Amino acid sequence: MNNSFIQINGISKHFGNVKAVDDVSFEIKEGEFFSLLGPSGCGKTTLLRLLAGFEYPTSGSLLLDGIDITALPPDKRPTNMVFQNYAIFPHINVEKNVQFGLRKLGLTNDEIIKRVKDVLSLVKLEGYEERYSSQLSGGQRQRVALARALVRQPKVLLLDEPLGALDKKLRDEMQLELRTLQKEIGITFVFVTHDQQEAISMSDRVAVMSEGKIQQMSSPNELYKNPQNIFVSDFIGETNFLKANTELKDGEYINVNIENLGSFKIKNNLNISENASEVICSVRPETMMIDTEKSDWDICLEGKIKQTSYLGEMTKFYVETKEIEKIITVSSQYFDNQSFQDGKCFISINLNDISLLNKK
Amino acid sequence: MLQTWKAFYARSDPAKAYSLLSPALILVTLAMLVPLGLMLSFSFFTQISFTEIDYSFTIQRYIDFFQKNLLVSLLIKSVKISFIVTFVTLLTAYPVCYYIAFYVKKNKMLWLVLLTLPFWTSYLLRVFSWKIILGTKGVINSSLINAGLLNEPLTFLMYSETAVIITLTHAWAAFALLPLYVSLDKIDFSLIEAARDLGLSRFETFWKITLPLSLPGIIGAILIIFIPTVGDYVTPALLGGTDGRMLSNMIQAYFGKVNNLPLGAASATIMLITVAIVTIVVSYTTKKLTQRIS
Repeated sequence: MNNSFIQINGISKHFGNVKAVDDVSFEIKEGEFFSLLGPSGCGKTTLLRLLAGFEYPTSGSLLLDGIDITALPPDKRPTNMVFQNYAIFPHINVEKNVQFGLRKLGLTNDEIIKRVKDVLSLVKLEGYEERYSSQLSGGQRQRVALARALVRQPKVLLLDEPLGALDKKLRDEMQLELRTLQKEIGITFVFVTHDQQEAISMSDRVAVMSEGKIQQMSSPNELYKNPQNIFVSDFIGETNFLKANTELKDGEYINVNIENLGSFKIKNNLNISENASEVICSVRPETMMIDTEKSDWDICLEGKIKQTSYLGEMTKFYVETKEIEKIITVSSQYFDNQSFQDGKCFISINLNDISLLNKK
Repeated sequence: MLQTWKAFYARSDPAKAYSLLSPALILVTLAMLVPLGLMLSFSFFTQISFTEIDYSFTIQRYIDFFQKNLLVSLLIKSVKISFIVTFVTLLTAYPVCYYIAFYVKKNKMLWLVLLTLPFWTSYLLRVFSWKIILGTKGVINSSLINAGLLNEPLTFLMYSETAVIITLTHAWAAFALLPLYVSLDKIDFSLIEAARDLGLSRFETFWKITLPLSLPGIIGAILIIFIPTVGDYVTPALLGGTDGRMLSNMIQAYFGKVNNLPLGAASATIMLITVAIVTIVVSYTTKKLTQRIS
């Protein structure tokens, strides 16, 4: 296993004054399912297009399997792309679409036929050879795009929000299938998405991007549990932010004065310095408890429910307390929007569940 | 009564369609179908003397047409000139449209308007301006002579087939631009990127993807240029001389100086049929090729 299969060294891409990708460096392992996650305009698609060869970097270099590909045109790179809109050629049928990329590989006719057959069965599209793009559903088009790219047996498969156009049910199905497929064939996947749930559920590692820079790169668990800064914490899942100042350190812990709540000793996972003003504490909604009674948890606040949204498997509560203007919390089956009289409730928080974040 | 009619009108889509179409329908009937019918019937008559016409039915005029070598060769020449004009126009307009569709990012409309700017002046004025450019003492000849590159003016430039082809090509270029631009602009650029991604060079991508996907525009342009240029009369009359004369000039002569209305009408009908056949063949074959492009 090659740990620096793809090396991205100080890549920048400027469009006029806009720095779409701003001095980014990282490595992707061989056989990894790697996701680039971020809001639209964060530079994730530009980075993918740089890998594909549709754009050339303003500065920096790209290495794939030890070979410098920075200046290679797309047809000379061992990468293939699944486009956001699938880009199925409308004037030729499914079979010809899949064959399209094979004509330049110098294969014999028998090999071509075998490869097309194999890949169509891999993506479960047997029997669709004669169909045209206009005769396929969104999910089937997505499979054709996947087959067309995989049939060339690329070293890296680039996927540009391939599930964005599918409905939720189909998207969930395809997520699982893509993941299984990737494990089965072992090709390195670089997957671009703006959907944090998608990125977390499928990837080995995720790079969260914003404004052309990588904010954090780690495994999905790490990303959710130990976000490095406010952006990541806010982008991955939902959270509550509390303003605070740090006081004195105490080993792994640090004393924190949270606005309106008082002083607490919490874990200093990001090694934030003493006496820093303006740090942020984050508490995930699902770590809190909402109840009709007071609890003996570390922090227990009395509040009033301002709004609820019933989501079926759980209920989301928007609560106002004397100390904190707005708290979002969720409850599973036990309490729902009809459990509280006059909206009166108690919110409990454990100190273990408070994480400290850098402002930037 | 009015109420029932209103109710009928509100419910009936055909009634709405016909009432919206009626101004155009009346105009087409009076200005197109009636004259066409008259021309068709005249082609079956016989001119007896300068003023007299025998109105009995005969197909002799059509036989006359094919027995006169001049008329047949003029018909062939008209079709040939039109084909060359169509081909040259496509060849020059296609790269321009390709550029605007794929490489111009802002103000595409401005580019198109600027390209069609020469066509804001009348067709006749443009033909006359080509006379100034191509003439014996025109811009090209006099500058070449003044530069010492030529002693005698180039005679093939003016009053020739070349002059007709150049002028017609320029005159119809704008009409080719629009269908070509529309069909190229409609092509999703990611298809071109996909072809490159799948290992094709720029040139192969053009052949395999861009060209087939822009075929509807190419067919549109062919028909738009070919149909009117076959019957063009002004350009060959002003710039063609004897060499560049086309069938339409002869038809005009039959209706004028020569005063043989039935033969003129028969010639016009034959030309109409020729154009119709070419149009049907071109659109049918290309439709077969592009069935799957939508």
